[in-house]
Amino acid sequence: MQHAALALAASTAEVPGNPELPVLPHTGELIVGIIFFVILYAIVAKKVVPRLEKMFAERRAAIEGNVEKAERAQAEAQAALEQYRAQLADARGEANAIREEARQQGAAIVAEMRQQAQAEAERITTNARAQIEAERQQTMVQLRQEVGRLATDLASRIVGESLHDEVRRRGTVDRFLADLEQTPTVTSR
Amino acid sequence: MSLRVLAAAGETFEAPSAETFWQPLIGSGAFAITRPAIVYALSVVLIAAVLLWATKRLAVVPGKRQMTVEAVYGLVRNGLARDIIGSHDFLKFVPLLFSLFTLILVNNLFGIIPPIQYPTMSRIAFPLALTLFVFVVYHFVGIKRKGLGGYFKSMVPAGLPTWIVPLVFLLELLTFFVTRPVTLALRLFGNMFAGHIILVLFILGAEYMLLHGGIALKLVSIPTFLMAFVLTVFELLVEFLQAYVFTMLAATYIAGSLADEH
Repeated sequence: MQHAALALAASTAEVPGNPELPVLPHTGELIVGIIFFVILYAIVAKKVVPRLEKMFAERRAAIEGNVEKAERAQAEAQAALEQYRAQLADARGEANAIREEARQQGAAIVAEMRQQAQAEAERITTNARAQIEAERQQTMVQLRQEVGRLATDLASRIVGESLHDEVRRRGTVDRFLADLEQTPTVTSR
Repeated sequence: MSLRVLAAAGETFEAPSAETFWQPLIGSGAFAITRPAIVYALSVVLIAAVLLWATKRLAVVPGKRQMTVEAVYGLVRNGLARDIIGSHDFLKFVPLLFSLFTLILVNNLFGIIPPIQYPTMSRIAFPLALTLFVFVVYHFVGIKRKGLGGYFKSMVPAGLPTWIVPLVFLLELLTFFVTRPVTLALRLFGNMFAGHIILVLFILGAEYMLLHGGIALKLVSIPTFLMAFVLTVFELLVEFLQAYVFTMLAATYIAGSLADEH
């Protein structure tokens, strides 16, 4: 308000230096306007804008760096996943192989056992057969004596005491037995 | 231009006029140090100090202070310079545009900030000084880019009938050398000048009615003060807008000089 009053006072007294029309510039103000704008421009162009642009560039780099880092981490995670998957597949394959091997081993063991059992059975059969053979031989020998005596007894009863001669008896019996023996061996073979 | 509104109590109300803006502080005459010159110089010191202080330690992740400066800088850099001039050449004009915008904005805001309450740009010398830089820069970059002949040739759009070319050339010459700088300076000056005169009128008028008027006029002074407040808020909008428009037009003129086609 005071300024307004001042201005009013000034307007009545003619002011030298101030143009009558407000659209005409005051020289002093024009000079100040130019000089101080140059100062501001110099400071902004030399200091403020370079600082801000540098920071912008750093920020862009930081953001790009972060993106890169994230991408790398993702790639690493992907690689790890692939590795785990491969390991899992390996383990699964190994387990399969082990199972297969076990099955094969089991089959082999069963086969072996079966073979052993068969062999045992065969051995037992052979033994039994041998024993039977031996017993048969023994029986045969006994029979030979028995049959010989019985036959001799029978013959001596029929023919008489004369045939009791030792030598003749043995020869006859032997011959008879040899004949007898030949027949069953042929049939047994 | 003094309006006689009231003649009550033997005192007359003098409405604000162009003389209101003449406030010499030191000396007199053409080289007097005036109040707006001091305000303008102080605004440069203030802006430079704030910008240097705020950008002293810039972080990639900004703090509150940095964010504010970045917002204003980003508005000029990306919203004006890059969008208008184009991403190829804009960076070297950012200091000019940023200086213009901050300087005009702060000086405009001084129009409603107590105790200054003086929009520096209502003195034609200051918009004119700024326009001078814009004028020199857009002619200079145009001539540098296209050569002197090429620059003048580029003013006329291609594909015109031959007989119309001289006429258009004259019009464009007028546009480039008279219309653009004059309108650029006058738009800013006029807005600030008129806005300030209206504010002064309302505030002084209300005060005068309150102090010297009768009961009825005292009552009328209340809506007048209210209106002054509303207009102050409106001034704030205009101040922002004019700073933005001046910078935008400066960028547009530079872009026009740089453009290959008219």
